[in-house]
Parts: sequence; structure tokens; C-alpha cells
Amino acid sequence: MQATESNFKRFVEVGRVVLLKSGPQAGHIAVIAEIIDHNRAIIDGPTTGVPRQSFPYKHLTLTPFRLTKLPRAAGSGVVKKQVEAEAIVEKWEKSSWAQKRAAIEKRRSLNDFQRFVVMIAKKSRTDRVRKAVHAAKRA
Amino acid sequence: MARSKELVPGVGRLSRSQVYAARGLHKGLKKSEKPTVPEVAPTKEVQVGGAKNGEKRTVPTQKAPRFYPAEDVRLPKKSHKHPTSASLRSSITPGTVLILLAGRFRGKRVVFLKQLESGLLLVTGPYKVNGVPLRRVNQAYVIATSTKVELGEFKVEDKINDAYFAKSGAKGKTSAEEEFFSEGKPKAKEAFPESKAADQKSVDSAIVAAVKKTEYLPKYLKASWGLSKGQFPHQINF
Repeated sequence: MQATESNFKRFVEVGRVVLLKSGPQAGHIAVIAEIIDHNRAIIDGPTTGVPRQSFPYKHLTLTPFRLTKLPRAAGSGVVKKQVEAEAIVEKWEKSSWAQKRAAIEKRRSLNDFQRFVVMIAKKSRTDRVRKAVHAAKRA
Repeated sequence: MARSKELVPGVGRLSRSQVYAARGLHKGLKKSEKPTVPEVAPTKEVQVGGAKNGEKRTVPTQKAPRFYPAEDVRLPKKSHKHPTSASLRSSITPGTVLILLAGRFRGKRVVFLKQLESGLLLVTGPYKVNGVPLRRVNQAYVIATSTKVELGEFKVEDKINDAYFAKSGAKGKTSAEEEFFSEGKPKAKEAFPESKAADQKSVDSAIVAAVKKTEYLPKYLKASWGLSKGQFPHQINF
């Protein structure tokens, strides 16, 4: 059997950074510290406010990030050191996935006046684009 | 008086002597003075017109009713409840932008000034911005946005109260003929009183200055609010 010729890219493994889908810390990221069984893992997010706990995979999403040097069953202190060493949280925040999530959250939380300002901004952008296209066509 | 709880119909929580003690009956019952009712004479004298009619007649002060019901009917209990004026929502403070949902100016965004004694809210467009004058509006027909105009120390004059908005006296009497001929023609409108226009200007001058400080706020107040497809008020942040 060929070694690792899988169609899968993200695996549930120690060190995998996961995004929580439900619960009080929904939307935060954490790291898999240990695998319990085919349903649950112990996750820990010392720098992101996720307490160390067992969590079902059903309510997790795997991210493309992982801590390469995390030993199995490491305590919160070790996880914290590794997270800071690899600057995982910064990498996550810079990713387009995280930025899209932030943008959607912002859009949903806009108040009436902010929605009005966005509408004005969209209109003025469309107007400038239209004028630029027209000018480019004539040239 | 705190009522003694009923355990079972006919059996109260407190015994006879306990009720006596709770009511403080050892102090004796209070005697309330009935207010003196002025004595009214049973009959009065009334002048009668027409010659040969005797000029005066003795007439009972209160007429006997023309109709008595066939059976004695029970009178409904009189309610002792009194209406209180509506309490102001915590989200509404002076300077808040409100969205009017009903009435002549539905959909308009206006600035809240103060709550009047009747419980109604005093708002203004400002008039120069969106055509809404000093007006009273019911809190129930209003959405309070989280946008606030900084009014600072500005306070509306006390003379602008519920009486300020009362409709002026009875309309002039027109004969039936005049009314018939004037139906369909545009009614003659009274000119808007100068004092009210001056009040509007004085109130609005401070508000317009505050509104102009924020970018896009004048445009925002000029624009109308509406729901579009996919928007649900219980899901939108105002």
C-alpha cells in the first residue's frame, strides 16, 4: 500500500488547529491536544479563551494550520508556548477565511445609520467604476 | 390592607383573633367623615314662555326616568383603575434618531427631543432637513435607532407642551346652503401661525448645527426608511 496517497489534506491529529462551531466559545480557535476516541478529542485554547475540554468532532471544523512540534497530551502551558512560538493565532487572523468571517459578522452587526453609509459608499464606488470604464472605452 | 390567604374556599390562613390582631382592631375602627353634600331642593321654579301660559311652573329638579327595566338588573362594578402615562424606553434619550412607523410621516427619520406629560414623544425633523415639524408621536409607533445626535446642553422650552398642540377653537358655523355649494372646492386654509414658525426655527437651529457635525447624518435624516426583501425587523440591528 502506498504511503499517504490520500485525497484528504487536513487530519484530526495532535496539534491540529480547529474552529469551534457551537457552544459558548463558538467562532474561536483551539488546538487538539489529545485524541480520545473516534468521536471526541481534548482541545485547548489558552490564548484564545477556550478552556481545556473534551469536544466532539461534530462541532469542530479543521483548519489548514497545525502545531508541528506539539507532543501528545501536552498540558495547557506547553500548548501556549507552542502557539506563541508558531504565531498560529496571527496566521489564522490573517487568513482570508478568518477575514471573511469577520466581515460577515461586522455586516450583520451594522446599525441603521451604518447601513445607510455603506449604501452611499457602494453607490459612489459603482459610479466611479462606471465612469472609469466609460473613459477607458472612449480611449 | 394585605389580604389573608385563602387555603381552601371558606378557610383563611389566619384565625379570627389573628385577623383582629393583623387589622389592629384593638385601636378601634376609623371613622371617616363623609363630605358634606349641598342640599338640593326637590322642586324648582321655571319660567314658561307664551302668553296665557301662567309664566311660572313648579318642576321637579330631577326628572323621573321615562323607562324602568322589567327586572332589576345588576349594576356593573365601577373600576378604580387609573391610566398612567407610558414609561419611556431606555433606548430613547434626547437626541436619539427615531424611525416613524405610522402617520403622515411614516418612514421618516426624526430627532427625539423630550417626552411630554401625556406620554407622547416630542420630535422634530428638523423641518429644514426632512419636512417633519415639531410634532407629537406615540412611542408605540416608533423604532429607536442607536444613532444619537449630540444635543449637549440644549433643552426644549417648557412652553412647548401638550397644550401647545391643542387644536384651536370651534370651526365657524356655516349654513347648510353654504356647505353644499362649497363641497368639492378646496377649503380655505389658515396661514401657519408666525409664533409656531418662530418656535420651529429656534428649536431647529441648535439641532441642525449638531446634525451637520456628523458626516452623512443630514442625508440620513433626509432619506426614508423601508424594509427590503430578506430584511426582518427582529433580526436587524437598529
